[in-house]
Amino acid sequence: MNWTAIRSIYIFEMFRFFRTIAQSFLAPVISTSLYFVVFGAAIGSRIQEVEGISYGAFIVPGLIMLTVITQSISNASFGIYFPKFIGTFFELLSAPISFIEIVIGYVGAAATKALIIGLIILVTAFFFVDISIAHPFAMLLFLVLTTISFSLFGFILGIWAGNFEQLQIIPLLLITPLIFLGGSFYSISMLPPVWQSISMFNPVVYLISGFRWAFFDTADVPVFTSLLAICLFTAACLTVIWWIFRTGWRIRQ
Amino acid sequence: MTDIVTIKDLRKAYKGGFEALKGVNLGIRSGEILALLGPNGAGKTTLISTICGITTATSGTVSVGGHDIVRDFRAARKMIGLVPQEINLEPFERVINTVRFSRGLFGKSSDDAAIEKVLRQLSLWDKKDAQIRELSGGMKRRVLIAKALAHDPRVLFLDEPTAGVDVELRKDMWKVVAGLKAEGVTIILTTHYIEEAEAIADRVGIIAGGELLLVEDKDKLMQRMGQKELEVQLTAKIDTVPDSLQSDALRLSDDGMALIYTYDTRAERTGITKLLSEVAAAGLTLRDVVTRQSSLEDIFVNFVKEDAA
Repeated sequence: MNWTAIRSIYIFEMFRFFRTIAQSFLAPVISTSLYFVVFGAAIGSRIQEVEGISYGAFIVPGLIMLTVITQSISNASFGIYFPKFIGTFFELLSAPISFIEIVIGYVGAAATKALIIGLIILVTAFFFVDISIAHPFAMLLFLVLTTISFSLFGFILGIWAGNFEQLQIIPLLLITPLIFLGGSFYSISMLPPVWQSISMFNPVVYLISGFRWAFFDTADVPVFTSLLAICLFTAACLTVIWWIFRTGWRIRQ
Repeated sequence: MTDIVTIKDLRKAYKGGFEALKGVNLGIRSGEILALLGPNGAGKTTLISTICGITTATSGTVSVGGHDIVRDFRAARKMIGLVPQEINLEPFERVINTVRFSRGLFGKSSDDAAIEKVLRQLSLWDKKDAQIRELSGGMKRRVLIAKALAHDPRVLFLDEPTAGVDVELRKDMWKVVAGLKAEGVTIILTTHYIEEAEAIADRVGIIAGGELLLVEDKDKLMQRMGQKELEVQLTAKIDTVPDSLQSDALRLSDDGMALIYTYDTRAERTGITKLLSEVAAAGLTLRDVVTRQSSLEDIFVNFVKEDAA
């Protein structure tokens, strides 16, 4: 392992994050705050409690997940696509590093950025709503696992994408609907039975449910099922990355 | 001199079936400047990309400093620096950071003194905190070289370092290359300018159609390439070369409107003065005089002909 190289990639990527600090974290923080104001305070006060929790507090885990998932994907996909786009990718290919080191550097940085944003939003939430965290360590574990797994997914996306449109299309058409329909703003138990069953095919349901359990000790699905789901998703992403590494798909001609 | 890079029967076929390299064998000597000459699409960049690990070979082997580029890729690549043809740099990055990144990427610990040395060597020290986008094209090229040198490579590949570069900058670049050679760095550069090879190379290799046609000491090759043509255009058509001008070096153009004289630029006397005065003495009136050097393409055609013969 070339740890110096991994460190260099990681630091370089984090520098990009801090250079574009407004775009990198001010934007997600502001948009999430708006969600809190609109759904939490303005509309939320007229919505009855969900599973014994005020609506404003109920949506906090979902909102954090929404941001953390989209940020992980966009950070990682952009991080690896950008060198491909401007042509600096050759340097990674000619360096004495293997693909695994590239993955650790880029995914590590993308996950860190998403984690920072997630924690900032959590802190922001305390200003708007009254929440307490029932299982802080489980909460952190879910957060870290989510940033890593979706950064891996984003990395794959960035390797696959041939242009900026392709980079945006999967998050737009697939991920965002899955998150919104994954119970970010409601409990799955509020849905008619048919939609409850259909929702069980949405992997994001398990993530949000597990994460919400860490906050409020209530969940749509058993917490270990949530943990298993995220581990399976991570394993699937790692398998794809291993395959890319073996075949050089979209990397080396 | 020992070989620092050994290329054996290197082949590369792209997915579409296009064969970019058709069995290249080449030994690059330690400390030399080797110029690889060839027209566009000859396989120059593919050859360099394969050695540097950007493309994978279909078959054949390459070793750098005794390290196989596949089995022992880490050791091999640590010895190599690559300056690509295109100016590929992050526009918003600062010069010093991008050079530092390259050094780290190649596994070398951060060393401010080493970075400063490289930047000074390329006259970039004043610009170290500038963003890449603020730099001129020539400066950007220097940044690319600085990045390639950041990890102290023993072998430097320059892929068309002077393509689209003005004369002054080109000479500047040649000075940089000469400086590196003095430090013992082996340099391989690709170009399609004969003058460039002539100015700085120790040896010249010619690539066309994915094959290495020859590798020769520059001086020997330049003798073979040093033929030049002088075209004396006439105001009126003539049917034969006047008797007073008859020589092996002179022939009449197909349309009879010009005399074509072949001479060696390296000869002590080219015979041009004599020719022109004799043309005047023969009563011919000149319209224009044009000289031209056989182009690289012409030379390839000749090589191919020689090969076929």
